Amino acid sequence: MILKNLNNKTLLWLKISVFLLALIPLIKLIVGGYFDDLGANPIEKITHRTGYWTLIFLLVTLSITPLRWLTSWSWLVRLRRMLGLFAFFYASLHFLTYLVLDQFFDWNNIVKDIIKRPYITIGFTAFVLLILLAITSNNYSTKLLGGRRWRLLHRLIYPVAVSGVVHFWWLVKKDITEPLTFSLLLAVLLAVRLIYWISKHNKMIYKDR
Amino acid sequence: MTAHKTPRIQASDITPRELFYDRRRFMQLAASASLTALLPNAVLAGEPLVNVKKSTDNLRDELTPYKDVTSYNNFYEFGTGKEDPAQNAGSLKTRPWTITLEGEVNKPKTFDIDELLKLAPLEERIYHLRCVEAWSMVIPWIGFPLAELIKHVDPNSKAKFVEFISLHHPEQMSGQKSSVLNWPYREGLRLDEAMHPLTLLTVGLYGEVLPNQNGAPIRIVIPWKYGFKSAKSIVKIRLVEKQPISSWMEAGPNEYGFYANVNPEVDHPRWSQAKERRLGDFLKRPTLPFNGYGEQVAQLYAGIDLSKNF
Repeated sequence: MILKNLNNKTLLWLKISVFLLALIPLIKLIVGGYFDDLGANPIEKITHRTGYWTLIFLLVTLSITPLRWLTSWSWLVRLRRMLGLFAFFYASLHFLTYLVLDQFFDWNNIVKDIIKRPYITIGFTAFVLLILLAITSNNYSTKLLGGRRWRLLHRLIYPVAVSGVVHFWWLVKKDITEPLTFSLLLAVLLAVRLIYWISKHNKMIYKDR
Repeated sequence: MTAHKTPRIQASDITPRELFYDRRRFMQLAASASLTALLPNAVLAGEPLVNVKKSTDNLRDELTPYKDVTSYNNFYEFGTGKEDPAQNAGSLKTRPWTITLEGEVNKPKTFDIDELLKLAPLEERIYHLRCVEAWSMVIPWIGFPLAELIKHVDPNSKAKFVEFISLHHPEQMSGQKSSVLNWPYREGLRLDEAMHPLTLLTVGLYGEVLPNQNGAPIRIVIPWKYGFKSAKSIVKIRLVEKQPISSWMEAGPNEYGFYANVNPEVDHPRWSQAKERRLGDFLKRPTLPFNGYGEQVAQLYAGIDLSKNF
């Protein structure tokens, strides 16, 4: 199959396209802000949009591995780092929106929020973990940590994604449609891994006999 | 009515008076030029209301622009998104419309909306609206005190509370196809709260008939309580002996109480109520007890622990 192996040039073009596509949500916010088209409560809209895209990119990043199993397109993994970094990028914008636009550096209140409001506690924790993943996402860190430890560290993506969805769930007033959708998608992505690991484990036991 | 204290605002934040009135003049001209002027009463959203006593409150406070007031709404009957009501409320039919007053009253009655509009002179009231979600607006409502209506049906000695019931009509109100709240929307007040002169039976805003997304054809506005207390598109008002249970109390008993007075010291269990963002402002401002109407209403709650009775 032609998609199974991509040459470097095609992959480069693919990467550039994904990069540009991933910037669209940001561009839409900037254009909306410029033309005063973000509704009556623009700060709320920016907060919600950046949070939404953080979750989308977390889920997309987590779907790379299952997609590889499904298609055996090994090049997919070469998009994963960029997608993960976009999750971090939108999470940073989300946090900065809270820090600057929403709270305007009211540190007193921010600390209170983080301690007192469970949805902010869990969201902030997820962001701190995501920072760890982002700064160790380069090749140098992989070498420094060694593949095994690096992979272990980067399993933090699972608690990060779960926390992100819980953060969303805990803040909605009543209509849980969106957090529920995210939860179901995440559950599928995690269940696929569980099934894969169990079947692999069983195979190993079978071989050992 | 004593004017409440309001924080200073920058001149640049104020909608120019000319702009605000120009738009109105345009609407009035347009309406008088059209056939609707031949009707005895304005009935449809957007038509100008005439013979309205102007608000005596001077315009020190910046009004929230008409566009924001009518495009950013919590009205779950038309969807849970803020922009849903403006998009979906066109399907609501506001004529014919009746409002039934019943329960502990000596003269129960069903009013036709057009009859009800003539019960008392219409007046403009510029009120602060504070949403439980920590944003706020300043809106020029039009209506008359709810007390005027309640007096007409003569409550008996058992009447202690007032229950408001909104329209339940999933074909007209698409949001009611979802069970996000128990329909119909129900809200309630103590009788003395309902009879308070600030409690406004509301039929218009910005000089015109209430747009559907703002609770047409008739709603209440209780400016010292969180916005969700102000029931919209009301079809029944029931005077009762026991404290009614509202839709939001059913939805989250730990989060939404019967009183729901604006109170910066009692947080929503999940977020702070100490500050609010006035739409259009960048910085948040402190929330005032009773939304700034403490002088007029605080005595209603003398001796009540407001942190327990939130």
